Amino acid sequence: MSDTAQAMPTANDTAYDVLSYRSDFPILSEQIYDKPLIFLDNAASAQKPQQVIDAVRYVYEHEYANVHRGVHYMSEKATEAYEGARVKVQRFINAAHDHEVIFTRNATEAVNMVAGTYGRRFLEPGDEIIISVMEHHANIVPWQMLRDEKGLVLKAVPVTDDGEFLLEDFKKLLTPRTKLVAITHTSNVLGTITPVAEIARLAHDAGAKVLFDGSQAAVHSVVDVQAIDCDFYVFTGHKLYGPSGVGVLYGKEELLNAMPPYLGGGEMISTVTLAESTWAELPNKFEAGTPMIAQAIGLGAAIDYVSAIGMDRIAAHEQDVLGYATQKLTSIPGLKIFGTAPSKAAVISFSMENIHPHDIATIIDRAGVACRAGHHCAQPLMDRMGVPAMTRASFGLYNTRADADALVEALEFTQEFLG
Amino acid sequence: MLDDLRELYQEVILDHGKSPRNFRDVEDATAHAHGANPLCGDQLVVYLKLDDGKRIEDVSFVGKGCAISVASASMMTELVKGRTVDEAKAMFERFHEMCTGEDNGDDSTLLEDDLEKLNVLSGVRAFPVRVKCATLPWHTLNAAIDGKDEATTEA
Ligand SMILES: Cc1ncc(COP(=O)(O)O)c(C=O)c1O
Repeated sequence: MSDTAQAMPTANDTAYDVLSYRSDFPILSEQIYDKPLIFLDNAASAQKPQQVIDAVRYVYEHEYANVHRGVHYMSEKATEAYEGARVKVQRFINAAHDHEVIFTRNATEAVNMVAGTYGRRFLEPGDEIIISVMEHHANIVPWQMLRDEKGLVLKAVPVTDDGEFLLEDFKKLLTPRTKLVAITHTSNVLGTITPVAEIARLAHDAGAKVLFDGSQAAVHSVVDVQAIDCDFYVFTGHKLYGPSGVGVLYGKEELLNAMPPYLGGGEMISTVTLAESTWAELPNKFEAGTPMIAQAIGLGAAIDYVSAIGMDRIAAHEQDVLGYATQKLTSIPGLKIFGTAPSKAAVISFSMENIHPHDIATIIDRAGVACRAGHHCAQPLMDRMGVPAMTRASFGLYNTRADADALVEALEFTQEFLG
Repeated sequence: MLDDLRELYQEVILDHGKSPRNFRDVEDATAHAHGANPLCGDQLVVYLKLDDGKRIEDVSFVGKGCAISVASASMMTELVKGRTVDEAKAMFERFHEMCTGEDNGDDSTLLEDDLEKLNVLSGVRAFPVRVKCATLPWHTLNAAIDGKDEATTEA
């Protein structure tokens, strides 16, 4: 993952066959209120290509049984497919080993897992955790809970008015007591891409471990956990065009080995007597109980799908649409964009003078344009930016300049309508 | 599409949304309550001054919200001022029914004029996710009447 700014449109759109990709997503041909669906709420959850839908269906029709348990044919097939998905994730984020990939329910559970195992075991009263003000609640609340439980100190790196991560302030917050740094790789509200490799290096120099929340970054950019040199990396399947109900915790082998299990039960043990149990090897140690079998396989199919297009090409296409949409939106009087960092992903949050985000979202919805309005699970960031809520348009691999035009038209209508 | 939107954002609502009535605090309030919509982060405070006979002598609100919630709060203050708390509660009950489409058509407890005013906001019926915007001020008023500090739309 490059930390440097991606300049304005670099995409060669003739090579990127967006119309053909669009036709892979059945839901994009739905009509809502007799209008074509313009889906710009991808940062909340993305739509699924037929390839993912088929993969999940295929599991249930042809290769379903519980995994790791049976010696029979179906169990072996299902185990193969499930473990195959793990290898796909490993390659996708360039992890050194497939057993460094733990399947979770979502990103939220992955963060909680690190807090509940690494945090509980290795952090002492007075130790410090550093997050940033632009974290999703999923990367705030678990640390607050751990802080309260263990008597820790929780600090937050500020951002500039443009939404840039303040690296200098981060350096100042690092102390010998800093044990963990948990920062988003890409803000779900501002789109800001943080300098992860730099953050990891500084954190390690200070003796701290580092976790990155890649829930948005894994969707919009190429992720290489070894190049970043992070200790933990989390993301969630449903934003990456995969099924809901599956997420990923990546952790360095030695750390995962040192950590106690999260949940106890089947799959995660080596031996159990009534007196005590010993833990299974990675990754099973962290996958207690029957996992999300079909969902994980579906995530594998989603990774195949985006990889076939190329994450770098998806990123370039999205940058083109982002640049175009930003320019168009800027021309609307009274519209203010939050998040103008030079290095940013295809997410645009904005406000309009005298119109509440909920009213905007309701009105543009009737024009077929789906956007999210609210605090986007980032209330500390709303406070920082001085607004209770924002409207957010977030773009995916299938969005086009025409979608941006439809958004702008719907917003102009909103102003007129409420005028 | 436009019909639904026009039904929701009627002139009266836009007017109340832009220039809300009783948008202030009541210095000698006898009760107040906080209302929050966890979905959007909108917040408001409703202030209440009751006389000895449980009549609403003064009522006001402050806070931030969408056009629907601000208009609803504004219209609510106009409607309940001078009424007893029981009358205010009956209005809320009726209004809630209108907004959720569980209208039982029993208008006997309310005045014709009040019903008409309440009805203005009932276009929200066609927008299920926005019903809470319209009812939050009323939930908050209810909480203040009952001597509770907090109301949420989850209540
Ligand atoms: C940056 C970020 N982190 C974490 C999450 C949580 O993802 P999930 O709800 O799938 O756990 C989200 C999405 O909601 C997000 O955008």
